Amino acid sequence: MSVLEGKELRIVGFLCNWCSYGGADTAGVGRMSQPTDLRIIRLPCSGRINPLFIVKTLLSGADGVLVSGCHPRDCHYAEGNFYARRRLEVLKRFLPIVGIEPARFEYTWVSASEGQRWQKVVSTFTDQIHGLGKAPRLTPSAEALAAASAL
Amino acid sequence: MKIGVFVCHCGSNIAGAVDPAKVAESARALPDVVIATDTLYACSEPGQQGIIDAVKEYELDGVVVASCTPRMHEATFRRAVERAGINRYMFEMANIREHVSWIGKDKEANTNKAAELVGMAVEKLRRDRPLIPKQFDINKRVMIIGGGVAGIQAALDCADGGLEVILVEKTSSIGGKMAKLDKTFPTVDCSSCILGPRMVDVAQHPNITLYAYSEIESISGYVGNFQANIRKKTTYVDWELCTGCGLCMEKCPSKKSTDHFNEKVGVTTAINIPFPQAIPKKAVIDAEFCTKLIKGKCGVCAKVCPSKAIKYEMEDEVVTENVGAVVVATGFDLFDYSVYGEYGAGKYPDVITSLQYERLLSASGPTGGHIKRPSDGKEPKNIVFIQCVGSRDKSVDRPYCSGFCCMYTAKQAILTKDHIPDSQSYVFYMDIRSPGKMYDEFTRRAMEEYGARYIRGRVAMVYPKGEKYIVRGADTLMGTTAEIEADLVVLAVGAEAAKGSPQLAEKLRISYDKYGFFMEGHPKLKPVETNTAGVYLAGACQGPKDIPSSVAQGSAAAAKVLGLFSKDKLESDPQVSHVEIKRCVGCGKCVETCPFGAVKLVDFRGMPKAEVIETVCQGCGICAVTCPQGAIQLEHFTDNQILAEVNALCRS
Repeated sequence: MSVLEGKELRIVGFLCNWCSYGGADTAGVGRMSQPTDLRIIRLPCSGRINPLFIVKTLLSGADGVLVSGCHPRDCHYAEGNFYARRRLEVLKRFLPIVGIEPARFEYTWVSASEGQRWQKVVSTFTDQIHGLGKAPRLTPSAEALAAASAL
Repeated sequence: MKIGVFVCHCGSNIAGAVDPAKVAESARALPDVVIATDTLYACSEPGQQGIIDAVKEYELDGVVVASCTPRMHEATFRRAVERAGINRYMFEMANIREHVSWIGKDKEANTNKAAELVGMAVEKLRRDRPLIPKQFDINKRVMIIGGGVAGIQAALDCADGGLEVILVEKTSSIGGKMAKLDKTFPTVDCSSCILGPRMVDVAQHPNITLYAYSEIESISGYVGNFQANIRKKTTYVDWELCTGCGLCMEKCPSKKSTDHFNEKVGVTTAINIPFPQAIPKKAVIDAEFCTKLIKGKCGVCAKVCPSKAIKYEMEDEVVTENVGAVVVATGFDLFDYSVYGEYGAGKYPDVITSLQYERLLSASGPTGGHIKRPSDGKEPKNIVFIQCVGSRDKSVDRPYCSGFCCMYTAKQAILTKDHIPDSQSYVFYMDIRSPGKMYDEFTRRAMEEYGARYIRGRVAMVYPKGEKYIVRGADTLMGTTAEIEADLVVLAVGAEAAKGSPQLAEKLRISYDKYGFFMEGHPKLKPVETNTAGVYLAGACQGPKDIPSSVAQGSAAAAKVLGLFSKDKLESDPQVSHVEIKRCVGCGKCVETCPFGAVKLVDFRGMPKAEVIETVCQGCGICAVTCPQGAIQLEHFTDNQILAEVNALCRS
């Protein structure tokens, strides 16, 4: 089944299990309506997120990537989100260098009790990605190679 | 690999906004999926049996259930697949309820999203491998932080259950807020008569070690094996020698020290025992007021002390205790009422807090149980109670109801009439919230039998007029303005998280909400657990609670600890990091970044290699991102699995 053309964009969320995934659950339990574009990948900690996952996701055709973890100092693993913050901050500066619009990537902190905040984060970020529109698709390398060898 | 997919309807919770049959149909096209079906309630007994039957019939190697959040039922389904004979980690969940059906109405978009989430789970499951937990020993001692009524209850229940208990209290006596109360609602029991004997039980119980005037410095370790550093604060009195005779208090010339126990309504001496029933009954010098410590002169207490217990050169001491579980019962603090400038709190001496009033009512209080105005010591006749000061008020960032203020105000109105029969109480309230057993009857008694006049409306301002105060507010039932001439104004201040709660939460690695209250594991099903294994909650540190609820939760936390310790060995979560020794270059970056010290360098045929201590590893995966070689991977959340999920989402 394909993505509903035109209506939805492809947004991938990397969420830590303890805070933000719980916050998204809290928003769900509270029936707080949100756009449907976002799909969530659950990870144990925002410290588990390799910045290269995000680059890979954007290169694979995602229109936006949202990362969310516990508020700094409130980490289940003591300091995972400090590592995350440092890595993601570097990534943010790196994205324009590889030709990716930096606004397609955001990171936030949402705790498990903050359902309303999560609703706002998702809605704002989805709006932002809709504002940017579809990400430019890369030509599949196999096709490019075939085209090159045909010359 | 053979995978089975089960799409749950959850009654209409999912089926109302997602088409489960269509999701199952799309799952059939996914690689390795041999059966995909929808089921009415996957978590129910027939639902689980259906999964087990399918595992056997189709000889499945793995199962995907698309239903609610894994934070709810992952454990349930893992047990089910294990019953069916496959490894519990060959299971994945797609959250199509909290993250799909409950947040959007568009059925087509939802069905599409749910199908994609199932596809993602299948791709992850295809890369799962069976994991086997390791076992480790547990230290069957428990530490309880906070010696209020909840902590006391938890300590006694654990100790009676045969456990060794460490009770840490930051003030010089246990008892907490309850010890300051004169009477308790709705029975009008004498507070110290119920609590006092329990406090003595704590002191005399052979299984309880009490650290009063101590605070948690740091905690490391994990469930079953915590190491806590406890800072014993300087008391300047050798408690081994102090007998609590109180002679030092009598002779201390510095008689203007802040009396924290009496909520600053009275004064005390620089060396003091907070109240007669204190446990432990030992003296402490308040360094802020002691002339000897400030100016180096005086030393009276040392001269009069018959047991030579005074030690001016004393310093803080840090002790280490090893425990297997922690119960947090640090309670609450009262809202700082001074932000309500219109009530003149802090400005007018006769505008006081409910707890200060409680001390005035108490026979062991600064006035010996006689209600006297702080300004002139006269007996007040008209007393106005203002409710919801720092509760249910968004403007001061306290939108929640503190729960017990309605009740204690009714109690204080009743006690006022008992103390001063010709007095009149007025209560300005927003709503009366009295849902407990015998609670509503009690507030009615305050109105009907004791003649307290309840006025529904908020107070606009309090201002002095001669010796009296004018309390002006709305009477929303009458539709008029109410003006009461008061001799004394009592503010029913709400509860807020105890100061330093976030800092303690960070030490314990538990979550706290935006107000600083600690978060329970699940609001309904795990009310005393936290998200950190082996750390439990009791009492008002989790949210405002009255005495019965605090005691109930103290016992509940104790039951959880006893349950945990009923096993001789615990199983560690096998979702831990794993080093591929061939790839590891022994750089040691993982060792440096691990917050738990779970990775160490070992010698492997003359070369340094990283090794994970599986029972210590908590499974955060920080090391996996740090490793420049990709040699260390977090089981169940490997790079390949996460990227497979990304690919599944970006495929179409």
